[in-house]
Amino acid sequence: MIHDLLIAAAQALAIAALAPLVVGFTRRLKARLVGRRGPSPWQPYADLRKLFAKEVVVSENASWVFRATPYVLFAVMLVAAAVVPVLVARPAPAFAGNLILVMYLFLLGTFFLALAGLDTASAFGGMGSSREVAISALAEPTVILSVFALALRSGTIDLGGIVERLGAEPRLAANPAHLLAFGAFFIVMLAETGRLPVDNPATHLELTMIHEAMVLEYSGRYLALVEWASAMKLTLFMTLLANLFLPWGLPGGLTVAAMAGGLVALVVKLAALALLLALVETSVAKLRLFRVPELLAGSFALALLSVAAVFLVR
Amino acid sequence: MGGFDSPPMKSDVRLRDDVEQRIRAAGGSISTGPDGRLQARIRDAGIRPLADRLGTLGLEVQLVAAADTRETSGDFTLAYVFAPPTLAPAVTLLVPIAAEQPEFPSLATRSFAASRFEREIRDLFGLLPSEHPDPRRLALHQFWPEDYHPLRRDTPARSDFVDRGQPFPFRRVEGEGVFEITVGPVHAGIIEPGHFRFSVEGESILRLETRLGFVHKGTEKLFETLPFERTWALAERVSGDTTVGHALAYCEALEALAGCRVPPRAARLRVVLLELERLWNHVGDVGMIVNDTGFAFGHAHCFRLREELFRLNERVTGHRLLRGAVVPGGVAGPIVKADVTRAARQVERLVGEFLDVARLCLDNSMVLERLQGTGRLTTKTAREMQVVGLPARASGIDVDTRRDAGLAPYAEFDVRAAVHHEGDVWARTMVRIDEARESARLIALAATKSPHGPAASALGTLAPNAHALGIVEAWRGPVVYWVLTDAAGRLTRVKVSDPSFRNWPALEYAVLGNIVPDFPLCNKSFNLSYSGADL
Repeated sequence: MIHDLLIAAAQALAIAALAPLVVGFTRRLKARLVGRRGPSPWQPYADLRKLFAKEVVVSENASWVFRATPYVLFAVMLVAAAVVPVLVARPAPAFAGNLILVMYLFLLGTFFLALAGLDTASAFGGMGSSREVAISALAEPTVILSVFALALRSGTIDLGGIVERLGAEPRLAANPAHLLAFGAFFIVMLAETGRLPVDNPATHLELTMIHEAMVLEYSGRYLALVEWASAMKLTLFMTLLANLFLPWGLPGGLTVAAMAGGLVALVVKLAALALLLALVETSVAKLRLFRVPELLAGSFALALLSVAAVFLVR
Repeated sequence: MGGFDSPPMKSDVRLRDDVEQRIRAAGGSISTGPDGRLQARIRDAGIRPLADRLGTLGLEVQLVAAADTRETSGDFTLAYVFAPPTLAPAVTLLVPIAAEQPEFPSLATRSFAASRFEREIRDLFGLLPSEHPDPRRLALHQFWPEDYHPLRRDTPARSDFVDRGQPFPFRRVEGEGVFEITVGPVHAGIIEPGHFRFSVEGESILRLETRLGFVHKGTEKLFETLPFERTWALAERVSGDTTVGHALAYCEALEALAGCRVPPRAARLRVVLLELERLWNHVGDVGMIVNDTGFAFGHAHCFRLREELFRLNERVTGHRLLRGAVVPGGVAGPIVKADVTRAARQVERLVGEFLDVARLCLDNSMVLERLQGTGRLTTKTAREMQVVGLPARASGIDVDTRRDAGLAPYAEFDVRAAVHHEGDVWARTMVRIDEARESARLIALAATKSPHGPAASALGTLAPNAHALGIVEAWRGPVVYWVLTDAAGRLTRVKVSDPSFRNWPALEYAVLGNIVPDFPLCNKSFNLSYSGADL
């Protein structure tokens, strides 16, 4: 029992500790790709430390929702990190259907963030919330469907089962259906984590923001938690991508050495995905807001094709 | 579509004759001013019919300025500049306004530009435009006292202003699902204060009102109170990004008043300076526009090139923003001894790189998709709102005072105006790219043709009781200065007109029907100055 809890804690800790580095590393890569030197990849840690030390300013009109949201977000990400395959294929709290749980944990965070955006009644917060909710509603079915394609292929809905099955039979992954699902999942990740071409994480223009508009009113440790949680969300999505679609190097055993090996494999895969993310973000412009549904419809079509291909390409 | 259009047929001489005839018919006394342009005096009752008759010749109000001349003549003076959109030929009409009855007939229903200048005059001088359709303030914020008119010469400086909590009367848009989004006056970026009020339905913009006037700085009053030798440095600082444009327009007015002839070498070096300013602004603007589409590559490289242009500016003039180079009578400072030919070669290399970067950006279909059709200002709207300069050229109005006004150094270079017809963000970007290319050509020409000789001549004394215009096509559009002297040849009034003041309202129309997240892109494509509008 203690052993299981330790593994879950190690997974949550790994995601929390790696998340700022993933964001920092991606920023650094993006800067290099456009010919700038860019800040150190460790910069987000310094930012978090600074924010935790700063005073919190909260609007007089804000309710408990506004104060609770940063903690809800952060807690949601920690729980999600504990139940999906991060360092090992089957962490103890995992169970069949953990995928559904993770998706709705993310949505719970989005729900609270959207409420917090509305809570202070600033024009920007409301705008951000309405945009975020619209995009989440469109992105959600694709996530389920693309993982469903993998589930069909490996005959189980448990994420751990999928990882083990694909790890044991790599030939299953060398399949067009797999690639289609990967594409669909990647696009949804861009939408869900506020990356280009859906949202621009680097902009200072309130009127164009989605995610950033909702969190404009946050400061101090609240902002630190919100920023940290969104970095963790990106890292979790990338981890799912890495472990579901490239399920190699993930130990089945539960020894410390195996987990250390899992961590190394994870870091390598995250770095590769960060490079892919930076390449995509550098070569696209932000979509006109009303074109975003078209992109998400495209990713849904990819996921649907992937499911169909499970039956067609045997 | 687009590219360089051939200049319009010029029949300036005949037009000028017609203008003279109509002014004489209206009972005006006419003469040629020190700047070589027509000048006339008429009574205030005659201004409306004369405006209509000049309108039939294609002359519109380009500037209305007031001057407090009660010390000399007992009256206020209004100056109207009438000219076609090309600003040539221009005629300045002086109209006395009795101090006991400070009212004048409004031309607001005839000219959009006039309506704005008249509101400004009402705020700053307390002269009332009668029958003006818009009684709201323009130049001063609500917390300025009602009876405080800072540009009257006998107005003392005050600092006891209180916010009486009076909101500015914005027009309300009503209907189901209509919301207001308020942005500013304090913004997220490092820009000056301005308030934008959007009425939106979902993401679509139904109406936008811009409210400036948060920082009336008393710039025009400073021209009257500063020691004369510091006034051209002041002109350089009216709008920080238009150093040369403002200094040059001001100096041209002064040189006209003093009868000072600028040596040919100085005239050519002034072309180099003005085009260097156009270049760094256009390169930076293209970077900003592309950045607002989220395409970081274009931004990073345009800003690298802009930095190189700043360093080039510093090598040539000793100042990154070209300050201190333009002085009355010619040019001064390191530019006198600078190796302009070498600078021209560097400009050519940098502009070549810039064109490569711009092509890479515009080859990206996602960037293009964001620019095309966004923030369209139709030719009709642009004409009706009397839009000037760069946005006018992007909306298909073929004007460029470098070419049309026939000013000395440009006349021999055969300037090609960059005109596009779409009126959208893309067109305004393309005008910038075309003009950057043209600037490099003009700098090369001016550098190779630079004759030897003095770089400045002495200004001399200003003619007493005289007035003159200075007009320069700066990077945003024409900067106009109107300078009036008193009986001792001192400055009584310097009216500054930055193209931003003229073009701000056009932005409100360009964004109609666009969606809220596209507003920053529209705004950036105009890139108007707050400082140049809030004088």
